[in-house]
Amino acid sequence: MTPLWSLLFPFAGALAVLLLPARAAALSRVIALAASLGTTIAAASGCLKRLGDTASPVWSLDLEWIPQLGSRFHLAADGLALPLLLLNGIVAIAGVLFSWNITQRPRAFFSLVLAIIGGVSGVFLSRDAFLMFVFYEIVIVPKYLLIVAWGSTNREYGAMKLTMYSIGASALILLGLAAAYAASGSAGFDIAGLAAAGFPKGFQLWAFPVLFLGFVVLAGIWPFHTWAPTGHVAAPTAASMLLAGVVMKLGAYGALCVAMPLFPDGFAFWRPAIAVLAVAGILHGAFTALTRRDLKFVIGYSSVSHMGFILLGMAAATHWGLRGAVLQMISHGIIAGLLFGIAGRVIYERTHTRDLDALQRFNLWKSLPAAAVAFTLASAASMGLPGFSGFVAEVSVLIGLWESYPWLVPLVALGILITGAFTLRALCRTCFPDAAASLAIPVRMPSLTWPETTAIVLLLAVSLAIGLHPSPWISLINDGLDSPVFQPILQRP
Amino acid sequence: MVEALTSGHHGVLWLVPLLPFAAAGLLALLPDKRGRLASLVVIGALAGSLVVAACALIGVLHPADGGGVMRSASSFVWFAIGDEPLRIGLLLDPLGAGMGAMVAFVALLILLYSRGYMADDRRFGRFFTFLSLFCGAMLLAVYSNSLLLLFVAWELVGLASYLLIGFYFKKPAAAAAAQKAFITTRIGDMAFFIGMIWLNSRAGTLLFYDGGNGLLESGALASLAGATTFGGITLSAAASLLILIGAMGKSGQVPLHTWLPDAMEGPTPVSALIHAATMVAAGVFLVARTHPIFAVGGEAGIALAATAWIGAITALYASLVAVAQHDIKRILAYSTVSQLGFMMVALGTGGVAAAMLHLVAHALFKALLFLSAGSVIHGCGGEQDIRRMGGLRKAMPLTFATYAVGMMALSGFPFVFSGFWSKEAVFHSAKSWPGGNGPFLLVVLAACLTAFYMTRQALLVFFGTPRDPRIHAHESPLPMTLPLVVLATATMLLSLVGTPAWPWFERWLDGTRAAFDPAALTKPGTTGLIVLSLVIVTAGVTAAWRVYGITAPRDASAPDPLASKTGRLWRVFEHAMSFNALYRKAVIGPLAFIAGGIDALERMVFHRSMANGERILKDVGRSAGRIDESAINPGFDRLCGGIEHQASSTSKSQSGRPQAGLRAIGLATAACIALYLWLSSR
Repeated sequence: MTPLWSLLFPFAGALAVLLLPARAAALSRVIALAASLGTTIAAASGCLKRLGDTASPVWSLDLEWIPQLGSRFHLAADGLALPLLLLNGIVAIAGVLFSWNITQRPRAFFSLVLAIIGGVSGVFLSRDAFLMFVFYEIVIVPKYLLIVAWGSTNREYGAMKLTMYSIGASALILLGLAAAYAASGSAGFDIAGLAAAGFPKGFQLWAFPVLFLGFVVLAGIWPFHTWAPTGHVAAPTAASMLLAGVVMKLGAYGALCVAMPLFPDGFAFWRPAIAVLAVAGILHGAFTALTRRDLKFVIGYSSVSHMGFILLGMAAATHWGLRGAVLQMISHGIIAGLLFGIAGRVIYERTHTRDLDALQRFNLWKSLPAAAVAFTLASAASMGLPGFSGFVAEVSVLIGLWESYPWLVPLVALGILITGAFTLRALCRTCFPDAAASLAIPVRMPSLTWPETTAIVLLLAVSLAIGLHPSPWISLINDGLDSPVFQPILQRP
Repeated sequence: MVEALTSGHHGVLWLVPLLPFAAAGLLALLPDKRGRLASLVVIGALAGSLVVAACALIGVLHPADGGGVMRSASSFVWFAIGDEPLRIGLLLDPLGAGMGAMVAFVALLILLYSRGYMADDRRFGRFFTFLSLFCGAMLLAVYSNSLLLLFVAWELVGLASYLLIGFYFKKPAAAAAAQKAFITTRIGDMAFFIGMIWLNSRAGTLLFYDGGNGLLESGALASLAGATTFGGITLSAAASLLILIGAMGKSGQVPLHTWLPDAMEGPTPVSALIHAATMVAAGVFLVARTHPIFAVGGEAGIALAATAWIGAITALYASLVAVAQHDIKRILAYSTVSQLGFMMVALGTGGVAAAMLHLVAHALFKALLFLSAGSVIHGCGGEQDIRRMGGLRKAMPLTFATYAVGMMALSGFPFVFSGFWSKEAVFHSAKSWPGGNGPFLLVVLAACLTAFYMTRQALLVFFGTPRDPRIHAHESPLPMTLPLVVLATATMLLSLVGTPAWPWFERWLDGTRAAFDPAALTKPGTTGLIVLSLVIVTAGVTAAWRVYGITAPRDASAPDPLASKTGRLWRVFEHAMSFNALYRKAVIGPLAFIAGGIDALERMVFHRSMANGERILKDVGRSAGRIDESAINPGFDRLCGGIEHQASSTSKSQSGRPQAGLRAIGLATAACIALYLWLSSR
């Protein structure tokens, strides 16, 4: 099975779900699960094949597409795209499982979810900047519809804000790409080709921030992060899982694979600013999460903080930093998916509140022990405790950062400390009762259903697998980042 | 097995930490109610660990063939970034083997005791799962051959401690204490982490021993000592100080000590195992393990001097506070803080062996004291206030006897108790330190206070008459008292290997053989210190006897006899010099202020600017709309009228449901793709 299937399965699934007759609407979740499984299997087999033989040429597909623009339908699955495709598949499976009980227009819901998954796969696979942009745009509309139609808490506002930011960012990307296209002599949109064009430094100095900013708004870079928490909170569970888990990674991926290789001189100039903004995001997200009472807001701001590590690793731009950044993309995708799944589905569906003070009265440790254990483990993972994927990623980023900007490391350490504080605060209030609450009448709650348990176990197992044995993942990432495209941006300590 | 362990192939040694980890993983799958079975699984796993740890200890009992410390190190690549591998592995040497055997031994006894202590708690199974996780992590830290692996285990130990303190979340104080413990120690952990990355950046490795290329071997040490950083201090000193902050967090040294007394909200076996015998000693172990980095800057260099002074201040401070406490476990908690200070003094003044001897001795007698205290609390129906106890020696004779052994060892009663000799070794190390006499004088004072507060506690708990008629004390069952007897015996036996006449323990850590030489006892320096120790203990005990033995308080509500004499000073120490209040004002307050400020920024600036942007856009839109309505629309409307008419016939096919709309879009897209594929393939 070629990695192409990780692109075809979701779109085919979306189409199949749409074509279902109304009587068979219940089948839509099964189709969605099958399509996500197919995506995962295609990505996993691609990963295994690549790990087995990294010397072989990467799988690629290069078709003529829009000859007038010089844009080709060019896909390739290198060591960078493959683990991210796998992440996409895993988060998709978990997202579908956590949405198993959706009854409100399930066909529309699952087709939109699958459209996002397909669009994300497309972005990861694209090697043509214009094609990548098209897939990038495919993701935006379903995101908006999912939030507006199935969301909660201030959903029109959240959806509109998220979409406005996305469209604004897309305009910047388009501007940056058009400038690069024109400056390269209108040769085409092939990323490797554009990267080899060698743009003049003066041009790079303004083109880089335009293109880079366009991408990283979607990665929640400070101070353009505010769409993320509101969007996550308003979104239905599966959408916030996909949004935090993979869609935010698209921004980081685009910045890493397009903006930085295209304009290495511009990147070198703006690198310190990116590092400072990343640290600001880490601290700002962590401190704000410390003050929020809505559990989903806490997780939303924690995402802003964790995404800061990705930007930080990219800004460090050493071997360690870049690999740590990609690893953090994968790690945060898994952990954020897990946290949003537990908070938005498992806990909210049973307690009908996300307010930390109200949750404290439910005594979850007693009434829903499995969820409490799962949330404890997820919190440990989110705090970056060893054994889970976050630790390996954060260590790698910080080793890289030490090589580039050692003076930022203490501030990041403060951020990690505050992360511990807000995570424990949320955990304590969610799962452990306070004195008065333990006297309240215990609420009978339905225990975990099999889709919930499966999704939690899957995500935890992946996080643990990466945390304990990161070697295969890092081998793949090494393979991807060794590509000549990335050599000009690499800083050598 | 012994040869296999020392040959450098550490497959078997991995069993020591992995067995408890495996047990914890297994129990996580079991339903919570199978408490008995769970405890058996954990005890079995830990017994296995103890056997391997004992064999490992036997394997390193003798110096290596060519002289020097018997040491076997292994490593493998955990993951590699480019051509820079991050290696981890295990290390077997006397320091780790001694600590590991002690941890496994004490942990096994405490697990046996817990079966009796926790028998009527319903979350028995989960409790043992957490304990097993803790044991695995602690043993991994001890045998680790890499600073990174040690840090990994160190963090897991912190997580297990969090879960075990929080285990009593019936008590709201326990949840708060668990959180405080985790965050406070994490402050230290972050410093440790930065130090680790710094060391890695210079030395290029985090392995301790690696055939000459390790962090603790001469090549790397010279490089670290040769590099200067800001302020002119060497990299080795700077990294040592960061590691020291990590150790201070875990080992409850001033000013990062406040979490440890609060951690006593956890169950008593947890206090004994984690917050007395093993985890809190991990900080001391860390400094002992990385001592070559500390020492490369000279015997009285900044890193070692900081260690010695922090230890001495902690030792004195905590013993003063312990005098004024009423909770039986809090007294022991402050005493732990104080004794950890003694070990830090020994480390700072170059006495690694003295520190480790005191660490092992302390682990045994403090576990003994906590378990005895647990037996007392169990026997008194949960009462922890020593003012309400009294006269318990008649009701609980066995507990009293074992407690007395622990108390005398801690106070430093002469000759047959390990605490006497280990404390004497600490004095010896501090006295001969070239950096000054300050730490020595402070620990001598602290030792005198130790004898005082332990005698006070013993008198109030076991002597006199019962002060609270509601307490009907009874002796605890055999599963609880048996571990007490074993620990009491071990406490006394340990004194055989640590005397100046036969300093086996010290020589063993140095990699040399000890000779039996009674004459060493009469060397001028040694005799003087022994006499000094005797005087200190006598003074402390006598003073306590005069205050609490002769004029014992008659009932529970009577004020402490010393309180009326010392007045305000008493209250200062009763409140532990108000560190908690200070931190609320000086640390929590500002942090809350920053968080509040950033929150306000988030609400005011970001959201308001969004709202303003939205309003401006709307205003623009509205004015555009007005132009439309007045100027453009009238003409346009007429045009549209015609189209509208046309469209109304088409619109019948529209059902108005988004579902159908989406389906149409989907079908149309599919058709387009099919058409495109067909066209492009021609």
